[in-house]
Amino acid sequence: MIALGILLALVLLLVVFGLLFRLQILTSIFSGSYVRQVGLSNRVNAILMLVFMVVGMAAFAYSFIANFDKMNPPIASVHGLHTERMFWITMIIIGIVFVLTQVALFVYSYKYQYREGRRAFFYSHNNKIEVIWTVIPAIVMAGLVFGGWKEWTNIMGPAPANSVELEIMGKQFNFLVRYPGRDGKLGPINYRLIDATNEFGFNLNDQRSLDDFTAGEVHVPKGVPVLLHIRSRDVLHAVYSPHFRVQMYAVPGMPTKFWFIPTKTTDEMRAQTGNPNFNFEIACNQICGRGHFAMKSTIIVDEPDDYVAWYAQQKPFAEQNPDVLAAFKNKKTPVIEEVPAATTAAPAATEKAQAAL
Amino acid sequence: MAATNIPTGGAHAQEAPHVQHHAAGDHHDEHDHHDQHWLFKHVFSQDHKVIAKQFLISGIAWAFIGATLSTLFRIQLGWPEAQLTWLEPLLGRWVEGGKLNPEFYLALVTMHGTIMVFFVLTAGLSGTFSNFLIPLQVGARDMASGFMNMLSFWFFFVAGVIMFISLFLETGPASAGWTIYPPLSALPQAIPGSGAGQTMWLVSMALFIVSQLLGGVNYITTIINLRTAGMSMAKLPLTIWSFFLTAILGLLSFPVLFSAALLLIFDRSFGTSFFLSDIYIGGEALNHVGGSPILFQHLFWFLGHPEVYIVIMPAMGIVSEVLATNARKPIFGYRAMIGSLIGISLLSFVVWAHHMFVTGMNPFLGSVFMFLTLIIAVPSAVKTFNWLATLWRGNIRFTAAMLFAIGFVSLFVSGGLTGIILGNAALDIQMHNTYFVVAHFHLVMGSSAFFGMFAGVYHWFPKMFGRMMDEKLGYVHFWLTILAAYLVFLPMHYVGIAGFPRRYYAYTAYETFNQFGDLNTFISIAAIMAFFAQFIFLFNFVYSIFRGRRATENPWNSTTLEWTTPVEPGHGNWPGAIPAVYRWPYDYSKPGAPEDFIPQHIPYSQTVSSNLPYEKEME
Repeated sequence: MIALGILLALVLLLVVFGLLFRLQILTSIFSGSYVRQVGLSNRVNAILMLVFMVVGMAAFAYSFIANFDKMNPPIASVHGLHTERMFWITMIIIGIVFVLTQVALFVYSYKYQYREGRRAFFYSHNNKIEVIWTVIPAIVMAGLVFGGWKEWTNIMGPAPANSVELEIMGKQFNFLVRYPGRDGKLGPINYRLIDATNEFGFNLNDQRSLDDFTAGEVHVPKGVPVLLHIRSRDVLHAVYSPHFRVQMYAVPGMPTKFWFIPTKTTDEMRAQTGNPNFNFEIACNQICGRGHFAMKSTIIVDEPDDYVAWYAQQKPFAEQNPDVLAAFKNKKTPVIEEVPAATTAAPAATEKAQAAL
Repeated sequence: MAATNIPTGGAHAQEAPHVQHHAAGDHHDEHDHHDQHWLFKHVFSQDHKVIAKQFLISGIAWAFIGATLSTLFRIQLGWPEAQLTWLEPLLGRWVEGGKLNPEFYLALVTMHGTIMVFFVLTAGLSGTFSNFLIPLQVGARDMASGFMNMLSFWFFFVAGVIMFISLFLETGPASAGWTIYPPLSALPQAIPGSGAGQTMWLVSMALFIVSQLLGGVNYITTIINLRTAGMSMAKLPLTIWSFFLTAILGLLSFPVLFSAALLLIFDRSFGTSFFLSDIYIGGEALNHVGGSPILFQHLFWFLGHPEVYIVIMPAMGIVSEVLATNARKPIFGYRAMIGSLIGISLLSFVVWAHHMFVTGMNPFLGSVFMFLTLIIAVPSAVKTFNWLATLWRGNIRFTAAMLFAIGFVSLFVSGGLTGIILGNAALDIQMHNTYFVVAHFHLVMGSSAFFGMFAGVYHWFPKMFGRMMDEKLGYVHFWLTILAAYLVFLPMHYVGIAGFPRRYYAYTAYETFNQFGDLNTFISIAAIMAFFAQFIFLFNFVYSIFRGRRATENPWNSTTLEWTTPVEPGHGNWPGAIPAVYRWPYDYSKPGAPEDFIPQHIPYSQTVSSNLPYEKEME
């Protein structure tokens, strides 16, 4: 019944609009403005141009300032602070260009609106001014490129030797985390060894794998370089952690990496933001299916001592799953023979291919 | 391939003396046309004007479908907690217990992107105006091959039918994003939309590419070979230059998408491993080894990036034309405008990997693509400054088309500038795939291309349908649309700076992203307003076709050749001889001329009072 009422109201509204429209046409025919090319509406539109610019820019500025804190959650990595500075410098430059060009556009539109008897200025080109406004953007761009390039090479350069290493593996729809254990070496894995227990595809025939451990969330120490090895076991995912300015795709068949230095512990951030529930989050940022929007993990940044203590408490995967280990020992897993070739060759080959691209 | 009874006099008219001679023959051909069966006159027509209208009307239909999809997902984003049971009559079982199915949400964003980018802004925009304006503005009777041109539309039509049917599949349409990155798009185990929906998407796209190539070859050939006497390349309107370069981009880049689609079809159906490797899904390890998902991205963006220029360049051309006409001024820096179009076209082929900075691609490549990407800002800046200089000291008539052209420049600037941030690899680490990107491209190529399209429709409607659109409704349409466009996309930058990932069904799972709920509601309200504002246009468009005020031959006092045709030009465009061309297309407000415009076909000998010193010798 209500739906019918709404429908009826809509229809009546449309009829009213239709009638108003016809009425408008009829009056304009009688007043003669129907055939005139430039009438009152030209002036109205010109004024609206000015109004739109003034009100629009004021509203833009107001909402930008009002939302400024919300759009700038605190940053907690060394390179993040650098890129943040560059971001706002670039924003200021483009902000200036934005205001200048929009003001010129709307003010010219208003100022040079049609006037009876005036004639536009026949002005087809001016090489000098065109060269100027080609060269200036080129110089500004060159500056921005240079700054960006320097920062980019630093961020993407090799991780320092003292980096803490760990691996994040994306799968539908969560992130798996593993650490290299006491030997500091991540053992080889193979996707053919994956099953419900061995989610990573550990090859426990390899010495390096025996002390590797998995974790429910990422723990990293503050102030120390952290090197993330990133991979996926099904579709594309992306490891995205906005507070650290970290983002890298997780690609099946092609391991990727990203390193950063966290500058604040989780506790420090909780104190700073006044939010006791604060956590550094990893969000999946590459469409991956039904659960994409809820595919997340947590990064806990500890004081270095706490980190070491936490690390020491962790039990290797092999120790926690003796039956898996036993299966490997008994060579019951038929694909084992293929493993060494596949695991050692594949990453090296893809990395080479990557370099060649 | 032109059917025998279609006069393609343009080629002959290259030699001015022959023009008169051919006129008689043309009259004869015109007569033949009246005897055609209506089916061949209005449906399977080879007349470029009819084909253009077919593209336009299909484009409008697709635009409403695409906009409906976006309204649906904006409802989800704006009110994530709401009960959507009332959508059940429309969506059926995609609403489960009052909640939108998350996989269907992904299908909605995927199809919205696909439809808008390809079916509306490529076929609807370039298809309409390249078809309509190229023969009319270069002075040709029709396209080089009317038959191929007709095929171009019907391939597009069939592609559309397939895509439309895929919306109603039980497993849903393609859902892996409009960029259809494998492995997600290759594995039905990963998402149901990658089953039959993705297959139909790929088949539809393959046909669409065929349509684009048939059209593109025609546009290029017509512009090169069928220009009327005196119409040198340096006298072409900027619309034609933009259509010309757009067609070249399409011709060079669409085949690469075709190859990517073909390889993906092989991976999906024939067990190859071009894009797949080391995958464990649905409880089993797949046999694919050695492929690279990143390879697909290279192939996709090799089309995908030129594609955004395929979308925007025709709009640039239309806007240049509309601005000059209604400012009553020559376009400022005509040659610089052509130069910057050529610059953009060349550069557009070497920037594709800026979509891939954080895919694990070699960082050195990232540096190279950052450099090339930021260079492309220079020709874009030149174009903007030239448009502003065109308005400067003009005598502006605010027709609906002019309003949209000015709106185009505003949106293009707003959206283009943030490209400087995204093109910077170091900054893109944070911004990649966030709403900042969504805001950027919706302003710079989405909204502004739509504005270019609206400008074109309002401006050339009189020549298409012989009637005028209602100006007042056009004004209301414009002001509502530009307001809504900014209200939707400016706040999206804020959300993006905060790091909101795109293609998220809801943000409630995250501590980091659960702020800004109110802003998302605001954006959704503005988006719905934008959607409803388009019905004003639809009404105006349909009403004016049948009952609009009758147009005159040259209602905007414009200089280009299409305005020398009769109010409703028949097949062949000019009843008599094709006019020859003597001057550039922008002789507006020339000092000494009696009127404020001198059409291209007026020889200098008739305009002695206004000729510039170097034009004296051409009298």
